[in-house]
Amino acid sequence: MLDRPMPDRHAPERTMIEIRSVTRSYGAFKALDDCSLAIREGEFFSLLGPSGCGKTTLLRMIAGFDNPTSGTIAVGGQEMVGVPANRRPTNMVFQSYAIFPHLNVEQNVAYGLKRLKLGPAEEKRRVDEVLAMVSLNGLGKRGAHELSGGQRQRVALARALVMRPKVLLLDEPLSALDKKLREQMQVELRRLQQAVGITFILVTHDQYEALAMSDRIAVMFGGRIAQIASPKEIYQRPVNRQVADFLGGMNFVKGEIVEEDGSSITVDTLGFGRITTEKPKVFDRSGGGTTLGIRPERLRVLWDSATAKHEVSGTVVERHYFGEITHLIVEIPGLEKPLSVTETNDFGADDIPVGAPIRLAYDRDALVAMAE
Amino acid sequence: MTALRRFLPGGSSWLTAYAFLYIGFLYLPVVFLPIFSINTSASPKFPLAGTTLQWYRDLPKTPALIDAAWNSLIVGVSAAVLATTFGILAARAITRYRFPGRRPIHGLIMAPLVLPEVIVAISMLLVMLQLGLSLSLFTVVLGHVLICIPYSMSVLTSGFEGFDRSIEEASADLGESAFGTFRRVTLPMVTPAIISSLLVSFTISLDDFIIAFFLTGTEATLPIYIWGQLRFAAKLPGVLALGTLLLVGSFVLLSIAEILRRRAARRTQFEGLLHA
Repeated sequence: MLDRPMPDRHAPERTMIEIRSVTRSYGAFKALDDCSLAIREGEFFSLLGPSGCGKTTLLRMIAGFDNPTSGTIAVGGQEMVGVPANRRPTNMVFQSYAIFPHLNVEQNVAYGLKRLKLGPAEEKRRVDEVLAMVSLNGLGKRGAHELSGGQRQRVALARALVMRPKVLLLDEPLSALDKKLREQMQVELRRLQQAVGITFILVTHDQYEALAMSDRIAVMFGGRIAQIASPKEIYQRPVNRQVADFLGGMNFVKGEIVEEDGSSITVDTLGFGRITTEKPKVFDRSGGGTTLGIRPERLRVLWDSATAKHEVSGTVVERHYFGEITHLIVEIPGLEKPLSVTETNDFGADDIPVGAPIRLAYDRDALVAMAE
Repeated sequence: MTALRRFLPGGSSWLTAYAFLYIGFLYLPVVFLPIFSINTSASPKFPLAGTTLQWYRDLPKTPALIDAAWNSLIVGVSAAVLATTFGILAARAITRYRFPGRRPIHGLIMAPLVLPEVIVAISMLLVMLQLGLSLSLFTVVLGHVLICIPYSMSVLTSGFEGFDRSIEEASADLGESAFGTFRRVTLPMVTPAIISSLLVSFTISLDDFIIAFFLTGTEATLPIYIWGQLRFAAKLPGVLALGTLLLVGSFVLLSIAEILRRRAARRTQFEGLLHA
C-alpha cells in the first residue's frame, strides 16, 4: 500500500467523479452495462445518447436516486454507493424543474440553505447573489405559478447552485424550452459554468447542445459508453458508424485495404481513389475491405473552371433548401449510394438544377476509418 | 340548460320542464324546512299563521339539545381527524406506489359508500358487542370513521394525484431528510385537500343518524335528539329550526371543502400540466 504514489491534490486536472464498471440490471434487462468513466474537476461533461440509452439512469445514480447493481461511484474521492441523495455533494436541475409550487422564487432558492442555518442576513446575501447570477434579480417574490418556462429553468438552476455543490447535474434542462430560448440558454449555461468553475454533468439527446456546450462528451447506446472524447474529436473521428450517424450526416465509402501499419491504413476506394488515414483502435474490416466516412460539409461544390487537388464528379439527383444551406444528393459513378452534400448558399448552391453535372472537392484527411 | 339544449335541439322545452320538475321534487321538501321553522303556529301547514324567530331563540334554552350538540361536535371532530389520518396514509399508498392488490384494496376501502348503511350499522354493533365494548360515543366514532374514510379517500386522492415525484426528489437533493421533505413539501402541498377531507368527514358524521342510532349508548347526537323530539307535536317547530341550522351548516362546510379540494388538485397538477 505504502509504495503506491499519493494523488497530488494540487494537480491541475483532478478527477472529480470516478465511475467504475457500473451495471444496473432490471431482471434480464441491463439499463447500464459495465460503464466506466472519469470526469475532471471543473469540466463541462455531457452524456449524449438516444432515449433509453441509460444516460439518465447514470445521472440519477450520481445524484443518489438509484444505485448500481454492481460497480462503484466516487465523487471527490469519496465512495458514494449507499450514501443517500441528501448527503451527497451534488445538486440536480430536474427535467421538469420540480419547482416547489407552494413557495415563491426566493423561498425555492433558499430551500436547501435553511438546513445550513446561516442566519437570515447571510442567507439573503447568498440568495440575492445567485438570483443575480441567473438574471432573476427583482423576481424573488414571484410565485412559482407566475413564471415562464425560461424563468422556471433559471429558478431550478439557482436553487441548485446556491448550495455550492461539487458537481451540478443537469437532466435535459433545456428540452422544455423553445428553440430560440434553448440556444440562448446554451450560451448562458456555458458562461455560468466557466464563471463558477463547478463540474457540470449534462444529460441530453440533442447532439448540437452537447457539441456546443461540453469540454468532453460520452456518447451512449444501449447502456454502454461508445466513445468519450472532445466534441471536435467525437464529430470528426467517431469510433463507429452508430456514433457517426447520431452526430449528424455521414457518407460511407467502401474500399479495399492495400496497406496497413501500426498507425495508419491505406485504402483503395471507388470514386475517391487511394486514401491513407489514421488507424483507429477498432475499425470495420470485412475480408480485405473496409468502409470510410466523410461528413456532408467536407464536400465542397467546385464552380465553373475551378479545380482542386482532390475531386469527384457526378450528377445532382435531389436538392433541398434549408435557408442558409442547401442539401444536395449527388450520384457518383461507381459508388453504391449517392453522396449527401451540404453547401452554403452564398454562391448559389440553391440554384443548381437537379440533373446537372457537378464536381466536388474534398480533403483526403476528411475521410476517416471507423468500426462498424 | 343551454348545454342540454345544444345536444337536443328538438325536445328542448320538454327537457327543460323535466329538469325543473326533477329539481323541484328533489329540493322542495328542503325548502319547506326553513319556511315552517319561522311559522308562528306549531302545525306545519299553509297559509302560515305569521312569522317569528321564536323557535330559534328557544334552541339554546334546551339543555338536552345543548348536550346533543356537544356530543355531535366531539364525535364529528374525532371521526374527522381519524378518518382523515387513515385517509392520508391510504391515499398516499394508492396514488404513489404500485403494489399487488392495489385495486382490490382501493375497492374495499371505498365499499362502505355503497353498502346499505343499516347493514353496516348492525354488523358493527355485533362486532362491538363481541369485542366486549360498551356502547358509547367512542363506538359511534369508530362507526363514523368507517363511513367517513371513503369520502376522505376520494377527496385526498384527487389532491395527491398528479403529484410530480421529482418535487420530493428535489427536496432530498437539496439536503432535506425524508421526514423534513414530508413536512416542508408534501404536507403543505396537500394541506387544502386535508382540510377539505376534515370538513367533509365532519359533515358526514354530523348528519349521520343510522350508525349513531345503533352504536350509541345513552348519549344522543343531534340527529338522534331530533328523532326523539318528533314524538311530540309541540316540539316540531324547534326541530324544524334545528334542522334548518344543520342544513345550512352542512351546505357551507361542504362548499368550503369542495373549493379547497379543487385548489389542492390544481396545485399538485400544475407541474404536470406544463409538461403534458
